[in-house]
Amino acid sequence: MKKNKPLVKLNNAGFYRDEKWLVKGVSLEINKQEIVTLIGPNGSGKTTTGKLILDILQPDEGSVSLNTKQISYVPQKINIDWAIPLRVIDFMNITSKLNKSKIIESLELTGVDHLIYNNLLNLSGGEFQRVMIARAIAKKPELLILDEPVQGVDFNGEIKLYNLIKEISDKLKCGILLISHDIHFVMSSTDHVICLNGHVCCSGTPNDVAKNPAYIELFGETAASAISLYRHDHNHTHNEDGSISK
Amino acid sequence: MIFDDFFTRALVAGIGIAIVAGPLGCFVIWRKLAYFGDTLAHSGLLGVTIGFVLNIDLSLSVFVISGIIALLLIVLQKKTKLAGDALLGLLAHSSLAIGLVFIAILTTIRFDLIGLLLGDILSVTTNDIIIIWLGGSLILLVLFYIWKSLFAATVSYDLAKAEGMNPEISNYIFTVILAGIIAISIKMIGVLLITGLLLIPPAMSRNFSTSPIQMMFFSIIGGILSVVIGLFCSLELNTPSGPSIIVASLMLFIISLFLKKGMTIVQKSKI
Repeated sequence: MKKNKPLVKLNNAGFYRDEKWLVKGVSLEINKQEIVTLIGPNGSGKTTTGKLILDILQPDEGSVSLNTKQISYVPQKINIDWAIPLRVIDFMNITSKLNKSKIIESLELTGVDHLIYNNLLNLSGGEFQRVMIARAIAKKPELLILDEPVQGVDFNGEIKLYNLIKEISDKLKCGILLISHDIHFVMSSTDHVICLNGHVCCSGTPNDVAKNPAYIELFGETAASAISLYRHDHNHTHNEDGSISK
Repeated sequence: MIFDDFFTRALVAGIGIAIVAGPLGCFVIWRKLAYFGDTLAHSGLLGVTIGFVLNIDLSLSVFVISGIIALLLIVLQKKTKLAGDALLGLLAHSSLAIGLVFIAILTTIRFDLIGLLLGDILSVTTNDIIIIWLGGSLILLVLFYIWKSLFAATVSYDLAKAEGMNPEISNYIFTVILAGIIAISIKMIGVLLITGLLLIPPAMSRNFSTSPIQMMFFSIIGGILSVVIGLFCSLELNTPSGPSIIVASLMLFIISLFLKKGMTIVQKSKI
């Protein structure tokens, strides 16, 4: 692969279903060693955009070019039927062939190695997410797409997992797309933020986006300060309800 | 030759079917395809009739007709907004009805209708055994080949698709080999009950399996036991082979429920 070629490039992509455009005119690219964060309210087309990138859905207009085959995906939701007796160790190998030490190594990174022989159905929501992230990184992908990866994970775990994702990006030199509705947690290490609301309403570095009028209109003033909050620019204080007083 | 005895032939044929039905049945349960299997089996009767009319091997004609019905289903699913189960019912009953109408029209050919519906061990020939074992091996070989991708797609289609496992292709191939197992077992088990042999041993097996491979293995064992017990009962009590095999598998399923309960109690007492 050429060095300057992006891992994935969306060019004005749109997806039409049930008489409406779920997303329209989305252009973005993800390069090696870059973390791109996709934010937006519910129903803004974040997951759809992710699925367009992954070729799970095909665009009705525009184009998607995917330049890698080593992809790991952490979907927003997987429903596993009781009828399938699936242990963590079986799930880890579902699209790859890893030896046991590699599997344990990855599970250790997300802190769930003790669950290796447990049935997936017996895991809590947070534990299941950790297993999904472990599975995704165990494959050593070039492109890692995480759709709401920390849902159900406790607060401390959330920070650890975000740090882990950053580490993975440095270590594997892979490109990462992080999908999140949790604007309070757009990482300081994100290189590029794309704010989606059916279309790309604004994009740029976390700082640029936070100042963008379109972003403020979409999420309100509170959200605008959320990004800088994470960056610990404490030029304000929080009231108990989370609102801000200067 | 040992296959001279009709009962030996039935046993050899039945065991062959059970070995193939186990792993396939697991996927039928995992993918919630029980009613789909039924639909393919019902269309089998039409396949048999056409086989008689054209004077070709019955397994072949059943395979072709079931395959066509399966593809028709996939096309219809894309064209209409009718729910999946309604669509399956439409195809299942209309193909069964067409088959029965055909049989009634074809007065020149004598049909053992009950035999077709319920299976008949007397009808198993050495030729059938060859078809079952050869066809069965082929089905298992194909399943082995698509296993990884099919299983990934069974757990999560999106995941399989995103990570380059080609789930569509393996889904299509699975449909075809499902038509295959129905074709090779229709004489033995009968149109009405084939899905039972696909479903009940894996359902039993799930009760004490902790991994997918284990579940397949126990399904095969359960299927073989059902066939052997069922055929012996069929011989002793002069009952039709298909229902006898299914009743035997049901018994095993019920026993497995008690075993599971026992296992849970033992586990709890350890804690």
